[in-house]
Amino acid sequence: MGALSIFPPRASTTAGEVDALYGFLLVVGIGMTALIFFFVFFFAIKYRRRSPDERPKAIHGSIPLEITWSVIPFLVMLVMFAWGTKLYFQNYTPPRRDTLDIYVTGKQWMWKIQYPDGQREINELHVPTGRPVKVTLASEDVLHSFFLPAFRLKHDVVPGSYQTFWFEATKPGRYHIFCAEYCGTNHSQMIGWVTVMDPVSYETWLSAGAGGSSMAELGQKLFEQYGCVSCHVLDQQGRCPSLRNVFGNPVKLEDGRTVIADEAYIRESILNPNAKIVSGYKRDVMPVFQGQINEEGLLQLIVYIKSLSNPPKPAAAKTAAAAGKRSPQ
Amino acid sequence: MSTTLSHPPTEERPNYLNVDYGWKSWLLTTDHKRIALLYLFSITAFFFVGGAFAVGMRLNLLTPKGLFAHDTYNKLFTMHGIIMVFFFLVPSIPATLGNFLVPPMVGARDLAFPRINLLSWYIYIVGGIFAITAIVRGGVDTGWTFYAPFSSTYSNTHVILAAIGVFVSGFSSILTGLNFIVTVHKMRAPGMTWSRLPLFVWAHYATSLIQVLGTPVIAITIVLLGMERVLHAGIFDPALGGDPILFQHLFWFYSHPAVYIMILPGMGVISEIVACFSRKSIFGYGFVAFSSVAIAVLGFLVWGHHLFVAGQSMYASMVFSFISFLVAVPSAIKVFNWTATMYRGSVSYDTPMLYAFGFIGLFTIGGLTGLFLATMAVDVHVTDTYFVIAHFHYVMVGGMVMAYLGGIHFWFPKITGRLYPEGWAKFAALVVFVGFNLTFFPQFVLGYLGMPRRYAAYADEFQILNVMSTAGASILGVGYLIPMIYLAWAWRYGPKSPQNPWGAKGLEWEQSPTPPPTFNFDVPPVMNEPAYNYSGEEKEVEIGR
Repeated sequence: MGALSIFPPRASTTAGEVDALYGFLLVVGIGMTALIFFFVFFFAIKYRRRSPDERPKAIHGSIPLEITWSVIPFLVMLVMFAWGTKLYFQNYTPPRRDTLDIYVTGKQWMWKIQYPDGQREINELHVPTGRPVKVTLASEDVLHSFFLPAFRLKHDVVPGSYQTFWFEATKPGRYHIFCAEYCGTNHSQMIGWVTVMDPVSYETWLSAGAGGSSMAELGQKLFEQYGCVSCHVLDQQGRCPSLRNVFGNPVKLEDGRTVIADEAYIRESILNPNAKIVSGYKRDVMPVFQGQINEEGLLQLIVYIKSLSNPPKPAAAKTAAAAGKRSPQ
Repeated sequence: MSTTLSHPPTEERPNYLNVDYGWKSWLLTTDHKRIALLYLFSITAFFFVGGAFAVGMRLNLLTPKGLFAHDTYNKLFTMHGIIMVFFFLVPSIPATLGNFLVPPMVGARDLAFPRINLLSWYIYIVGGIFAITAIVRGGVDTGWTFYAPFSSTYSNTHVILAAIGVFVSGFSSILTGLNFIVTVHKMRAPGMTWSRLPLFVWAHYATSLIQVLGTPVIAITIVLLGMERVLHAGIFDPALGGDPILFQHLFWFYSHPAVYIMILPGMGVISEIVACFSRKSIFGYGFVAFSSVAIAVLGFLVWGHHLFVAGQSMYASMVFSFISFLVAVPSAIKVFNWTATMYRGSVSYDTPMLYAFGFIGLFTIGGLTGLFLATMAVDVHVTDTYFVIAHFHYVMVGGMVMAYLGGIHFWFPKITGRLYPEGWAKFAALVVFVGFNLTFFPQFVLGYLGMPRRYAAYADEFQILNVMSTAGASILGVGYLIPMIYLAWAWRYGPKSPQNPWGAKGLEWEQSPTPPPTFNFDVPPVMNEPAYNYSGEEKEVEIGR
């Protein structure tokens, strides 16, 4: 990309598609602007006032013209709408196939990044090419927005909830990470780099950082440290429900509703256990952990609880599986 | 022709300006024209305060590291936004030109509630004093959008003072809107049917609907924000049990319609100018009039397009995207009809028309780039970048401020009874146009390249475009200062204007003398011809005949 390019680097499967749509919009936009400018200049010159006494005849309008210039732009806009919506749904719906899950916590004014295998980084994100990466976003404080211009993607980071989006990197290199939602004094310093690597270099990088505990292991430690384990006995029903095979499955609540135990549910059940009580259990048994555990710890606990449902596969098998089916979604 | 009684030589008859001179005659006036001038001077002052902040921002952005401390820059853009949006753009055309012109245009002696009109100015000033106090005491750093929980919990600047300023000034906006609605419904002169109303009045009517229906929502939102900040009621901050996205919904429920409060009156001005300087009836009058109302109504249904990346349901986003495209249709209708009005007209290039040309061009670009933002997959990339900044400045500054300046020049002879120097005025219009484009066009490119908004410091590769933008801003600043000087000069020393220097149509040009007398018309006028009857027809002609 030259210094005068109007496009940032394209480094994800999405980038080219967004640029194509943007190109279409540019063509339509420039065409429309040229049309209006042409007629404004043409009429202004052709019908300029030649004598102060001119009294042009009134023209009150034309229904066919009004219909034409309402309907044609509307049809063009329908194309923009349909194309933009399709791409948006595609870009914001994580693929079902095996994703690499990465957890990002925004905090005034840094990005903390955790990998399932336990690597942790600040303001640096490493991802392999050719494999869908699902990013789960959490905030310790205010709104942030995780913006990857080279991937043409961003998503707000909203305190009190998890937001997710996904991408598949295509081109090795180092690209900007920006915070795009104003978050206070050093908003403009809440920046970092995403390093895209080919799968082999990525595995090398991963193993160089290995040796610590994985997120699930860290979560298990927290689970013991906070005494969760004394009530949530794993393989039998105690004072509290067992958490074995809970994640991703329906949970029946005492008020008769059934909810799916996803990240948001687990998070809420830790911070504010009385919000949803599992059928057959009592209110006020579990202490409220609001303000006790930071967002990174919560993510570790969630990954741990996830691991109680999905026995983790070996990482190498995952990469091979993903490499085998690289069809675009 | 419409009729007013002919008068004896008018030189000696007092007009609204020289009828009385004491300060009380201004501060206690109920004359809509004097109140319009009170507003004119106040919003001009706020415009230059807001402009000074913009100067600071553009200076800071000359270098990638920035000249000022980050906190200083954050306060500069916040106060630029708050002052420009709530204290300049929202009141700009309605409270000055609208106040001055809606009564004579419908043939009324004053607005329906003259004292409420004065009250609205005082409320505006009280709101302004709160905002200025917030600035003087150290400023605010939340961004004009006041997003929670940053504004409610984390910021330690003068959020409450600034928020009270916005809250209070909102009531001034509601009262102005209320006054216009009642005036248009109840005080039209005989013969001034809805289909003969000037499009300026139609635009103000549509604007007033938004002001009356939308502004209470921002007031409520600010009260909730204050409750959370002061009393720690959990409304928006999740740490207190609130929902930050709720704030965004409430805020944009007002603030998106509010952008139509800012642009619709400008469209009204352009309709008047294009008709007058083409000497033509507006092409498709009914479509232009109805499109104002359509914009006002649809404008209430698009707020969610500010939340495409905020974690709103994708299906909700889809609906908001679709309705956002729909709003573009009535906007396009207006642009096409203005252009078609010039067809076979008698087009002169007086200063107001130059601003109208500028408006049509820049509003077209602003509107079309709005389509980029309504297209969700592109919005994901460009939202919260300089692309958005460029887009809304094309609409608000390229559109609204151009229309405002065009309107000020068009009605300057009516307001002051003097003529301004045409050469200087044309020169200034050109400087504004060039400066504007140089300032904001590079920002579209910056945005797509990925430069986020509200950045006190930025990556090195963005510097060239930022320097261009700052250079443009200095030209634009000069372009705004020139009219200040020659208009002030012309008000005192300019040659006396005839009653209708442009040969314009509309009851306001039939007021005599010029400037008009306090009660506008000695005898209630009668409208007995079609609107914009530049060709002298006897009665309305249906479109298509």
